[in-house]
Amino acid sequence: MLPNDIIHQLQSIVDVDNIKTDKASLLAYSYDSTAQYQSLPDAVISPRNTEEIRQIVKLCNEHKIPIVSRGSGTNLCAGTTPIHGGIVILFNHMNKIIEVDEQNLTMTVQPGVLTKTIFDVADSYGLFYPPDPGSMHVSQIGGNISENSGGLRGLKYGVTNDYVLGLEIVLPTGEAIRTGGKSVKDVAGYNLKELFIGAEGTLGIITEAILKLIPKPESKSTMIAIYNDLESAAKTVSSIIENRIIPVTLEILDHATINVVEDYSKIGLPTDAEAILLIEQDGAEVVVQRDIENISKLCVENGAIRTDIAKSEEEAFNLMEARRTALTALSRLKPTTILEDATVPRSEIAKMVNAINEIAKKYDVTICTFGHAGDGNLHPTFLTDVRDEEEIKRIEMAFTEIFEKAIELGGTITGEHGVGAMKLPFLHLKVGKMGMEVMRQIKKALDPNLIMNPGKIIDMQDAEVSSV
Amino acid sequence: MKTEQQTLQQSFQEKINYEELVNCTRCGFCLPSCPTYIESGNDEVQSPRGRIALMKGVIDGIVEPTDEVKRSIDTCLGCRACETACPSGVKFGELLEQTRAAINDREKKSLKVKVVRNIVFNQLFTRKKRLVHLTNLVGLYQRSGLQSVTRKLGLIKLVPKNLRSMEAVLPNIPKKKELTNRPTYLKPTIEKKKRVGFFSGCLMDTVFMETNDSTMRLLQLIGCEVVIPNTQGCCGALHAHSGEDIHVKQMVQKNIEAFEKENVDYIITNAGGCGGFLVDYGAVFKDDPEWYERAKKFTRKIKDMSEVLIELGFHTFDLKLDEQIVTYQDSCHLRNGQKVFQEPRTLLQSISGVKYVEMNKADTCCGSAGTYNILEHEISMNILDNKMTEVKKTKAATIITSNPGCLLQMKIGVEREGLGERVEVLHIADFLIRAYKTNVSRTVVEM
Repeated sequence: MLPNDIIHQLQSIVDVDNIKTDKASLLAYSYDSTAQYQSLPDAVISPRNTEEIRQIVKLCNEHKIPIVSRGSGTNLCAGTTPIHGGIVILFNHMNKIIEVDEQNLTMTVQPGVLTKTIFDVADSYGLFYPPDPGSMHVSQIGGNISENSGGLRGLKYGVTNDYVLGLEIVLPTGEAIRTGGKSVKDVAGYNLKELFIGAEGTLGIITEAILKLIPKPESKSTMIAIYNDLESAAKTVSSIIENRIIPVTLEILDHATINVVEDYSKIGLPTDAEAILLIEQDGAEVVVQRDIENISKLCVENGAIRTDIAKSEEEAFNLMEARRTALTALSRLKPTTILEDATVPRSEIAKMVNAINEIAKKYDVTICTFGHAGDGNLHPTFLTDVRDEEEIKRIEMAFTEIFEKAIELGGTITGEHGVGAMKLPFLHLKVGKMGMEVMRQIKKALDPNLIMNPGKIIDMQDAEVSSV
Repeated sequence: MKTEQQTLQQSFQEKINYEELVNCTRCGFCLPSCPTYIESGNDEVQSPRGRIALMKGVIDGIVEPTDEVKRSIDTCLGCRACETACPSGVKFGELLEQTRAAINDREKKSLKVKVVRNIVFNQLFTRKKRLVHLTNLVGLYQRSGLQSVTRKLGLIKLVPKNLRSMEAVLPNIPKKKELTNRPTYLKPTIEKKKRVGFFSGCLMDTVFMETNDSTMRLLQLIGCEVVIPNTQGCCGALHAHSGEDIHVKQMVQKNIEAFEKENVDYIITNAGGCGGFLVDYGAVFKDDPEWYERAKKFTRKIKDMSEVLIELGFHTFDLKLDEQIVTYQDSCHLRNGQKVFQEPRTLLQSISGVKYVEMNKADTCCGSAGTYNILEHEISMNILDNKMTEVKKTKAATIITSNPGCLLQMKIGVEREGLGERVEVLHIADFLIRAYKTNVSRTVVEM
């Protein structure tokens, strides 16, 4: 509970209507999309501009009150669960597109704009904003930048980071800075911009962003390849890359995932297949056609039973939309889905897929696998029931083993979902002792009172101990 | 002694299906589909994910069933757009009804709410005679000249705003003799293809009697032998959506029995609000295997009129109307409950002269939602005004709906925009009959 005088001061900053402390509101902002995490904040605040955010942050810094900035709460790493209470900052008033600059091909936005809106507006100008996380219909750009979200087009077009040119950030002490800008080249000093991208709100609050747009590709083609076994599908992925073809999208779905997605979307996926690859290529029409033909050949060479090319734009669109629902659709089978996004170099995809299956067998747990195979980013998903404590324990062990395997293959513990509270205990596996120390020093330098999203990415309590 | 909140929590625990609650993975895919989430400026408390979290929070004891919690449940339209959006298939409509029943069981209500509920649930919709009687009074009010006198003298302003807007848009009510003299059997006008039962509904068979007549006529035209059992009653949807679950079972049983003995191929509805609930009759008897089976047999036969019209080829008839732009507002329960949305569009597109323009967000609720536009008038009107902005973009002269609630609401919307002279709102059955007649009168003499 926040003391009354703090509440009053917050009210004087944002107006009474924009701060909520009733139990229903606190509960509604106590979670995000991550299973097993829930914790009530002390207040929920909707500031209207950067200046109000500065004042809120100053006040919180003075009184050491935790701040969690939250978009739509669709992240999968417990990144916005207020595990140490404090205030949740929302951006429902800061949801405007400030400018589309057709000369520089940029869009300047407030953090509360939906990702889908950015895509649509760019599209209406004949431009393209490629990052498309599965939740793009719901997610806000501020959250995407803070989590450095990926998506289905990451393979060819990269992730959110690749489309952020400039940021305005309110620092944990209440000052605002701008970093980057509309210049394509900019090497002035440390690359502060990239420090805040993917920082999960632990270093500051993003209050404005300049995004890079690119020309819209003139055509695209979408296909699926159908397999009798998952490993052949995985091998195809490596083979496509090895043959110097970089499709926009190269997704893998295993048997169980195909079935639940079909159950929801009813678009006629082959429910008897053991695996499918969902592939999209865009660009000049001749290139697209040639690539799709070559990919199709490679699929068959690697054991695909057949390949189907989408006959209409609508069919292609439906395939992509259906894929976005995969994670949630899996909960048709079991109430709780616990998801990993271990990522490996693309050459190691087949090895990783096999390792996941073996680990599932070893711990007697159900894992469904889908994901952005083309960029090595798999989403092995445990199907369970959070109330089954014994199984959850086995899942945790399997979880750890998958992380270790990914690192062993030269990969990482998370490709795009972030560390948050969920993968905090595993971060050291990837970055090492010195890496952890550098991160702690950065955190301490920027956020001396540790108010920004505490308990995420790195545990600063440990830091206190280790520095003694 | 237990506090009020503790007994309410216990009521949540008893009535709400916890297994269904834990099926929500909190992915948030439902958020953009929820009219109250959008209308509230993205308030999670007013979203399906938030509402489920609150239901679960009360049961788990993380949050007390405070006024804000109850408010969140009250403001839900029950449009079930979130169900269509939900990849994991959470049955939100059922959860909402269970929660409302849990609250209704233990709650003291304001006088206004009590009066409305009592009139609606106990007096009118369970007893058709009373509904006929009231409808007749409204008819007398309209025909006697009292309506125009009341309006001219400004007396209508004495009626609360929420009821006043309703008064203005009610259709012309048939005379009492017509209201009580309803058919029970109709022959097909061409060779018989199906034997169907017609679910006449209560509002549809009184206030909207003409629309029921159009519907039955359409069924005859496509070769349906139509049986209209006079032992059927109200579908029970309004009661169930409002948590009046004690009445529901009896009403449902009565309807199942009424149609069971008629041995029909289909049971036809022309009101999405009824149909969406009729297809869920099974859920009423979860703990009663015998009635569950009987309910399932019943629900398998339920078809919206537009489905059977398409099946029997009405859209291939020669249909014609004067040139006009037409748009369609989905009935939430027809779309999200019965999963019917393409058929009405196909029918409209098959009329020559009609330029069909799809309205942006045609699939989101208009704010009518049963008794919602009376009880939550302000939110309802905000949602409606947003809807009308989309309607105007289509430049439609005719708005078609598939449910009486939506029809009245869209009429209120048209009045609010001052478009009464230029825009007509019609039930699809009346529109299709018009398209048929217009054409028939030009070619052959009607039977």
